[in-house]
Amino acid sequence: MSAFLRGYLSVLVFGFAAVAMVGAMLGAGRLLRPSRPQPQKYIAYESGVDPVGTGWSQSQVRYYIFALLFVMFDVEAVFIFPWAIRLEALGIFGLVEMLIFIVILALGLVYAWRKGVLRWV
Amino acid sequence: MYSKREAVGSVTLAGDPLFGGGVDGAVVLIVLLKTGVAFAALMVSVLFMVWFERKVVSDMQNRIGPNRAGPWGTLQTLADGIKLFFKEDLLPEQADRRIFRLAPYLSIVPAFLAFAVVPLGGVITIAGRETRLQLADPPVGILFLLAMSSVAVYGVMLAGWSSGSKYPLLGSVRASAQMVSYEAALGLSMAAVVLVTGSLLTSDIVSEQSRSIVDWNLFRLGFLPFGIFLVAATAELNRPPFDLVEAEQELVGGFHTEYSSLRFALFFLAEFMSTVTMSAVMVTLFLGGPSGPGPDRGFPGAFLPVFWFLAKLMIFLFIYVWLRATLPRLRYDQLMDLGWKRLIPLSLFWLLVLAAMILDRRYGFAVFGAGILLGLLLLRAVQVGQSATDDAAGAAPAVREAG
Repeated sequence: MSAFLRGYLSVLVFGFAAVAMVGAMLGAGRLLRPSRPQPQKYIAYESGVDPVGTGWSQSQVRYYIFALLFVMFDVEAVFIFPWAIRLEALGIFGLVEMLIFIVILALGLVYAWRKGVLRWV
Repeated sequence: MYSKREAVGSVTLAGDPLFGGGVDGAVVLIVLLKTGVAFAALMVSVLFMVWFERKVVSDMQNRIGPNRAGPWGTLQTLADGIKLFFKEDLLPEQADRRIFRLAPYLSIVPAFLAFAVVPLGGVITIAGRETRLQLADPPVGILFLLAMSSVAVYGVMLAGWSSGSKYPLLGSVRASAQMVSYEAALGLSMAAVVLVTGSLLTSDIVSEQSRSIVDWNLFRLGFLPFGIFLVAATAELNRPPFDLVEAEQELVGGFHTEYSSLRFALFFLAEFMSTVTMSAVMVTLFLGGPSGPGPDRGFPGAFLPVFWFLAKLMIFLFIYVWLRATLPRLRYDQLMDLGWKRLIPLSLFWLLVLAAMILDRRYGFAVFGAGILLGLLLLRAVQVGQSATDDAAGAAPAVREAG
């Protein structure tokens, strides 16, 4: 096991502990809780009345634009973190380059803003 | 604002000194011991947080709050948890069974894992082995934190989606859009911390801030990244005033409407655990982690650093309760406006100013001035363009966006 991966050993153990705790709780709950099935109990909750139509309804399409914009800024983060670590080694060149990069991305955001994409209607 | 740090020769990959001499039986035992302690500490702090929140909120609302179970009601959380063990577990007929059962895991495990990289103190010695008072110190500590807060989105989103019911679906769709919107701002304010530290290791981030109180990133970065992080973290946690995901008055219970018994308890636990974890992350990133307010060298001893850490953690826990008791919930359009039109541009701008400041103070001021000028110009351009479109479309100009 390389030194790089060794740092994750504790994370792995901790993750297993978390999963085991959740599993143990659910297992204990299964033993303790009552089970008296009635068909009415399994109907989806809709403020106390019988549900109208199926529960698998469609959601509005306007949400997808935010997902697209998020991808833009998430990819940006991928570039920003390595740059942030090595900023002093890169010096002015790195700064100017990142300035140009961020200004281009900001223009994209402004364009979306201007187009009214960010307006919630 | 900060001192120019000496150039970092190479990116450090040295994590916990525990693993320096390879992995043997003693090391595994220490890892297990640390896991147990961290696990217990986290669980106790979650139980405490639930009680603390109920007690403080009731104080702020002139109520008494829980006072029956245990002294001052401290065992109330435990009593509620035990009650939920004995409740019938219902699985809605239209649910996607597998994902419905998976979602609680996805929501609670990331909250646990994020806590693993938070430094609680300095290097201590157990049985002749040196180790950090920190469960793990992986080379990409900060990115790991960011990844875990992203994974938590899946828990909420899939829980709502898989329920096969309308209110949870709306809650989950809101959750995904909200958490995605604020994650960008969260990442960018973390990047500001990385910028002045020059390292992704959480242990480096706290030791960089340990010299004195003015070295805390809160002051060094000029307050703004901290403010952005606090707002974005609150939104990521779905805590009030950003609790649109649950929004009792609109969505009944939001994403967990269909959950009952222990599975509901797990979501409840996950929410409070994320609050504790995120507060710990904020202490680490901006308030110097386990370092005290005075000048100290490293983190001597095991008691004092942990005390300072817990004291700072309490501040944030109180702030979260305070926010909940004070602020009304945001409307959805206000939420999106705050995220995309305020926090993201502001954090991008501040990141560039900080970067320029680190290289040379004059560049910093130049970028600051140019940024403000450019920002105002672009804002004006957006407004002019907006009114032009509104006029062309014949829309009422009164509902135009402000700023």
